[in-house]
Amino acid sequence: MTTKQEQVYGDHISQQFNEDLSDLKSEFLRMGGLVESQLNDAVRALIDNDGHLAEKVRAGERVVDQLEMEIDEEAARIIVRRQPAARDLRLVVAVIKMVADLERVGDEAKKIAEFALSLSEEGRAPRGYVEVRYISNHVATMLHDALDAFARLDWELALRVMREDERVDEEYQAAARALLTFMMEDPRNISRCMAVMWVLRALERVGDHACNIAENVIFMVKGKDVRHTSVEEAEKLIHAKRK
Amino acid sequence: MNMHMEHPELEYGKTVGNAFSADPKFSLRDVEVYYGDTQAIKGISLDIARNEVISFIGPSGCGKSTFLRCLNRMNDSIDICSVRGRLELDGRDLYDPKQDVVELRARVGMVFQKPNPFPKSIYDNVAYGPRIHGLANRKAELDEMVENSLRKAGLWNEVKDRLDRPATGLSGGQQQRLCIARTIAVSPEVVLMDEPCSALDPIATARIEELISELSENFTIIIVTHSMQQAARVSDRTAYFHLGHLVEVNETNKVFTAPEHSLTESYITGRFG
Repeated sequence: MTTKQEQVYGDHISQQFNEDLSDLKSEFLRMGGLVESQLNDAVRALIDNDGHLAEKVRAGERVVDQLEMEIDEEAARIIVRRQPAARDLRLVVAVIKMVADLERVGDEAKKIAEFALSLSEEGRAPRGYVEVRYISNHVATMLHDALDAFARLDWELALRVMREDERVDEEYQAAARALLTFMMEDPRNISRCMAVMWVLRALERVGDHACNIAENVIFMVKGKDVRHTSVEEAEKLIHAKRK
Repeated sequence: MNMHMEHPELEYGKTVGNAFSADPKFSLRDVEVYYGDTQAIKGISLDIARNEVISFIGPSGCGKSTFLRCLNRMNDSIDICSVRGRLELDGRDLYDPKQDVVELRARVGMVFQKPNPFPKSIYDNVAYGPRIHGLANRKAELDEMVENSLRKAGLWNEVKDRLDRPATGLSGGQQQRLCIARTIAVSPEVVLMDEPCSALDPIATARIEELISELSENFTIIIVTHSMQQAARVSDRTAYFHLGHLVEVNETNKVFTAPEHSLTESYITGRFG
């Protein structure tokens, strides 16, 4: 745990409460790290045509699910025993929500791994991997930054993640159009291009989940609910002068 | 140097949040309370809205009970205590020398930490106020007042068959509800509660809290509590006191999810004692 985290969450009269919150955070980050590597492995399995790695991702999904349940249970236990308030409450509430997002990222990684398996049986890499590589790098960075923003309580970094999500949406649209032209060029491309399309869709969803995590980090740190707002509005909300 | 600066984050007379109301029942400005030379309340300004439930929270000795007692002049009985500032109830000066204190306390009732029934029957406890204020002309009228008050206090069904029994024979929770019935029997406009549940078990506490939300339809309720969960459960607004300062007043939900002042946050999250 970083020093800033200790300053913000580690100074309760109850030492046990400090430890409970600290455990909750480190478990969350552990799950985050695991999901990150699931995603990276899934994309690598697809691009490198590596069936073995894809199988590993499929198996890893169970560990992610297990962690989700453990963290939820721990969060519920803290609520029951400590009745957290203010920043402690926001931390627990945010973790409960962010865990669901991480779990969904895990699902998307598994989906990508499954496409990797079926495509690897077909042999040669289809068109569209340039786009997959590009978008996957982008969303993997977003996810990493969102988790980093959580670890460092860095709301500015979280805001940047929200901004990136708008760009990912644009990239996804552009990639979908490119794939469409490949399909029109030669109908024999259609089935493989469709598979790539689904992969892109899964990656775009990962970006959305990273964005949700970033929004929860802002709620945690600043106490402002920036969901369902544009990045500009979110920025205004965060800077809004207190009455 | 400002002699009042005990804490770098405390500023004399300054409150963050939302202390004022367009339609105040109480309008309190620059209130200072002294016990002899010791200043217990440090320039507090606050409106209390009509029919709202507001909680006063803060560590022991922060002045919340002292401030509460200003509102029906309970501090008058303490010789060395002096109250300064402007305190108005419905726009009229509470501390006007012409203000009849007995009449004031009929309008602003109070429930204390420990239930304090009179050593009389259940009936007489509730009938006491209406009798001394001459609110009932006939026995039947008084009976009706007693029944209504006991019903509002959620006690009627438990005591209707033993109204002539001594009130001291009731359980703690029942006694407290009896005291609430006694308070509301004179139809006050405001009920002050000074830690009304601290001597009660969770079930009796839940009953009183349920009662508070029912009573808030007709009364303005100000409650001092050490239980932050209680403040969170029952009140519309929460006021945080610290060393005689009113540090923050805000909608209860805001105070407990995203308080504005760091001292409020430290207190409600259990960061200092």
